[in-house]
Amino acid sequence: MILIVAEHANGKLSKSAYELASAARGLKREGGVTALVLGSGVASVAASAALIADQVLVGDSAELAQYDAEVWSAAVAQIAAEGEAEVVLIAGSRSGREYSPRVAVKLDAPLLEDVMSLKDEGGVLHAEHYTFLTRVTERVEAKAPVVVVTVKAGAFAPAVPGTTAAEQFDVDLELPKRRLVVTGSTKEKTGRIALIEADIVVSGGRGVGTPEGFVQLVEGLADQLGAAVGATRAVVDAGWRPYSEQVGQTGKTVQPKAYIAVGISGAVQHLSGMNKSKCIVAINKDGDAPIFKIADYGIVGDVKEIVPAMIQELRK
Amino acid sequence: MRILTLIRQVLDAEESVRVRNGAVELEGSKLVMDTMDEYGVEEALRLREAGAEAEIVAVSVGPARAEEALRTALAMGADRGIHVVTDVSLDAIALSAVMAQIAKAEGAELIFCGGQEADWDSQALGAATAERLGWPQATWTSALELKGSTLVGKHEADEGSESFEVVLPAVVTTQQGLNEPRYPTLPNIMKSKKKEIRKETLEAYGAAPKVKVNGVEIQVKERLKKILDGKDAAGAAAQLVKMLREDAGVIA
Ligand SMILES: Cc1cc2nc3c(=O)[nH]c(=O)nc-3n(C[C@H](O)[C@H](O)[C@H](O)COP(=O)(O)OP(=O)(O)OC[C@H]3O[C@@H](n4cnc5c(N)ncnc54)[C@H](O)[C@@H]3O)c2cc1C
Repeated sequence: MILIVAEHANGKLSKSAYELASAARGLKREGGVTALVLGSGVASVAASAALIADQVLVGDSAELAQYDAEVWSAAVAQIAAEGEAEVVLIAGSRSGREYSPRVAVKLDAPLLEDVMSLKDEGGVLHAEHYTFLTRVTERVEAKAPVVVVTVKAGAFAPAVPGTTAAEQFDVDLELPKRRLVVTGSTKEKTGRIALIEADIVVSGGRGVGTPEGFVQLVEGLADQLGAAVGATRAVVDAGWRPYSEQVGQTGKTVQPKAYIAVGISGAVQHLSGMNKSKCIVAINKDGDAPIFKIADYGIVGDVKEIVPAMIQELRK
Repeated sequence: MRILTLIRQVLDAEESVRVRNGAVELEGSKLVMDTMDEYGVEEALRLREAGAEAEIVAVSVGPARAEEALRTALAMGADRGIHVVTDVSLDAIALSAVMAQIAKAEGAELIFCGGQEADWDSQALGAATAERLGWPQATWTSALELKGSTLVGKHEADEGSESFEVVLPAVVTTQQGLNEPRYPTLPNIMKSKKKEIRKETLEAYGAAPKVKVNGVEIQVKERLKKILDGKDAAGAAAQLVKMLREDAGVIA
């Protein structure tokens, strides 16, 4: 059996769940694909999961209303052990990458992290993932009764939901007590398309000058293109933008069809989060800025002149 | 209290990566203590400076040269080092078995670990070590304080940040912004030379890789590099939009 842990947010199954289903379908294991849905009041999420899996297990309880690494890893490891899962697929989200190592240790399993490809040959899982700040592709393999895998966002084409719903079963979970007590949170909601799911990302760096400049230029261009907004660490540290928009080694990794870098120098730690974008566009006044070395298109010029002109042009 | 800080020696961020014989070539390049690990050492020092009575032990598992990274930690102010000398490269799950055994033997109560080090791009070591010890973890920590035996801090979650409290023992993984690591001063560098680094063998811990590495490649995507001069802003903008629409087909 292949177990996929289906993430969801705001009452909807996340794109990553569809990607996990598609990754699971490519593996040659018996027993089909089982989706595990954890949360509180997740009936509609489970119903969506039933269209992409052969069986859905639902852990629906108040204790699961909020994510916790220890609670999640205990639940996933329990289900994987009871169902004798051979492969456990978890989204390569921040939380997925946080609790998956605990699942691997509990199951005494190897962990393949943030994979962008998976091949199943004679019971051996082969995968590729990035190393050295996303500059190197490493080929790895794991062979064990059960292997835990986190899957990179956007690496697999999302599965297309079927028309017949798989059976759902409620599960009894033995959950540990939470020890990391969350005392407050700043959920940053922007109303825009999610950064890691967007086809176009417009990102801004220190070169936009001020927080107002960011809104005017970066948000302005993103609005015009229906794009998500990203930012560099420099502007997040300066308090201009929320951390949830940060792209890079210590932020999010994106690979959109087009990444438009506005006033960004192109430090390796930033490139680590976007250098696999299909098309990279840079606007910077310094023709020697490293960002131009990986750009497909670009303009050497002042963002305060170029970007408004682009917005104008797009409005035409 | 005893605090462990886990250290990896990695390629300096300014160095370019080269591949030779199916592996990343490190010899001849500048190698440093990972920046994310530096935040951990710095934070341990700050907790002590804020009043916590603590011995700070830097731990590294790696080849002989990893001693230099440990020396940097000692020069920053860590009290002593433990170096498990090996040329075997362990994946995070395997390495966590070594770290957990050391933590137990040392009676550690707090472990700092980099959020994602720049060589293996892994985020798993802290969490896996916590699991082996049966401890809770706080990952991607951007602010931290110790109140009695409770850690009070902030960390980054899927969307946005959270404030948290957790009672020791615990594993904390770091994040940029947690602090500004200090530069070792000359007197501290001199002092660090006399500090103890205990050498151990990997065999003593019985850990073996769980994942096999079959090779590495640098896949550089050829970029078009069609860069326009922006002196005529309107003209350049119009041309860029046209190229994005018609040549690249990425915008409507
Ligand atoms: C461990 C670690 C992790 C890190 N993680 C990340 C990360 O996740 N993400 C990240 O982004 N960074 C990260 N960094 C920081 C990174 O090293 C850079 O400092 C940062 O990316 C720089 O941001 P920037 O490009 O906005 O600023 P700068 O480097 O200051 O660049 C600003 C650019 O704007 C241009 N400019 C200025 N004015 C104009 C104008 N009027 N018109 C056009 N161009 C203009 C300049 O020529 C310059 O190239 C990390 C660093 C470390 C050590």
